Amino acid sequence: MSTPEDNRYAKSHEYVHVEGDIGTIGITEYAQKELGDVVFVELPQVGSQLEAADELGSIESVKAVSELFSPVSGEVVEVNEALADKPELVNTDPWGDGWMIRIRLSDPSEVDELMTAEEYDEFVEKEAGH
Amino acid sequence: MSETTGPLKKTPLNQVEHELGGKMVDFGGWELPVQYSGILEEHDAVRNRVGLFDVSHMGEITVKGPQALELLQKTTCNDVSKLDNGRAQYNGLLYPNGGFVDDILIYQNAPNDYFIVVNASNTDKDYEWFAQQAQGLDAEVKNVSADYAQLAIQGPEAERVLQQTTDADLSSIKYYRFGNGTVDGVPAIISRTGYTGEDGFEVYVSPEHAPRIFRKFVELGAKPCGLGARDTLRLEAKMALYGNDIDDTTTPLQADLAWIVKLEKGDFAGRDVLQKEKAAGPPRKLVGFEMVDRGIGRHGYPIVDGSNEIGVVTSGTHSPTLKKAIGLAYLPLDKSAHGSEFTILIRGKETRARVVPTPFYKRAK
Repeated sequence: MSTPEDNRYAKSHEYVHVEGDIGTIGITEYAQKELGDVVFVELPQVGSQLEAADELGSIESVKAVSELFSPVSGEVVEVNEALADKPELVNTDPWGDGWMIRIRLSDPSEVDELMTAEEYDEFVEKEAGH
Repeated sequence: MSETTGPLKKTPLNQVEHELGGKMVDFGGWELPVQYSGILEEHDAVRNRVGLFDVSHMGEITVKGPQALELLQKTTCNDVSKLDNGRAQYNGLLYPNGGFVDDILIYQNAPNDYFIVVNASNTDKDYEWFAQQAQGLDAEVKNVSADYAQLAIQGPEAERVLQQTTDADLSSIKYYRFGNGTVDGVPAIISRTGYTGEDGFEVYVSPEHAPRIFRKFVELGAKPCGLGARDTLRLEAKMALYGNDIDDTTTPLQADLAWIVKLEKGDFAGRDVLQKEKAAGPPRKLVGFEMVDRGIGRHGYPIVDGSNEIGVVTSGTHSPTLKKAIGLAYLPLDKSAHGSEFTILIRGKETRARVVPTPFYKRAK
């Protein structure tokens, strides 16, 4: 699956998709594959303030727990309630229905510091290569 | 994701595993697949159909000679004299302090002729321990791990698949028994044992034949499974994992394995300690738990009572069969009753869990 070009990417494998001043955050296809079957996603409350690189929650797969980090700063305006019952959406549709939170960006310039799809693909290739 | 700290050891099935899309990881120095298609799918295949595991990393040790039984009796806590030819026994190899050198499976070929299967990472340690304890006894100890590949074919359809490849009558091999036969035309030890809580077999063959036999089982419908599913399956069945649930600091009584402790069999390493623990009660006990709050208590997470650390989680996962978070933990004896609640610190957060009866999963007979 190709990495969507209209997203920006963090080294910790979250993506942010920006429309206006709202960023939708989730984890990448590569990240969900590395994690394996996701069974539980812990997300912040609507209204919480996050700084870029803050822990926004955690994700449990059958084999391990991983922390999630926010690629950008802002206020959480929506969390994906569907993940409570269907955490597997993160595996089946990480770019779409498996999104995690929506955030109102407090500093849109942060987005420019994140990787482009091309840069992210290169980054993953290096990380996966032995 | 694995760190390179030197060349990883490879089993005879390494190439097949790569070809079948195994996601390879460093498992105690061995390159092995953690999963192929996904842990949940593989777990489900074993519970409902048939799955196939490469467990060739496990060690094999033979003990033979006029005093072979004597050697095993003095080094282990279960009663090896109860074995007959063609039977297998789960046992604890113990230090004098009652802690586990390893948990092992002993097969009796003939009186004073034993084949022992040990945990991969303990193979050298176990061999040296047996060899040292054999001094002055007429018993020969050999590490024959390199002579065997081990395939575990597990699940309700395991017998049907394996039977198509063997001349042995599998219906006559009952649980915890084994036989010698051929599999796909080559000599094999066929044992009705496993580490999944499901019916199934462990098959020992010469390494050069293992890739062909592995592929054959896959062709016949067995789903290749990795270490991830092996762990969720064994945990649901509450089978101990050395290095997680048991080690050289835990006794079999603490580990809730009283059924392998036979104090009346005569003297053995650790017997004094176990006798005292049996009389007074062990200081702690391995219990099964379910999470009350959301989250998963995993290996190494502390159990707290206020500011005191009173125990530790030794294994924890999401149970694919029960669809909830389960685990094993050491708790003080007076807090280990079924139904008691306790607090696990999950990355700093107090999270409630409850002691429950085990095994978490038991197959219908």
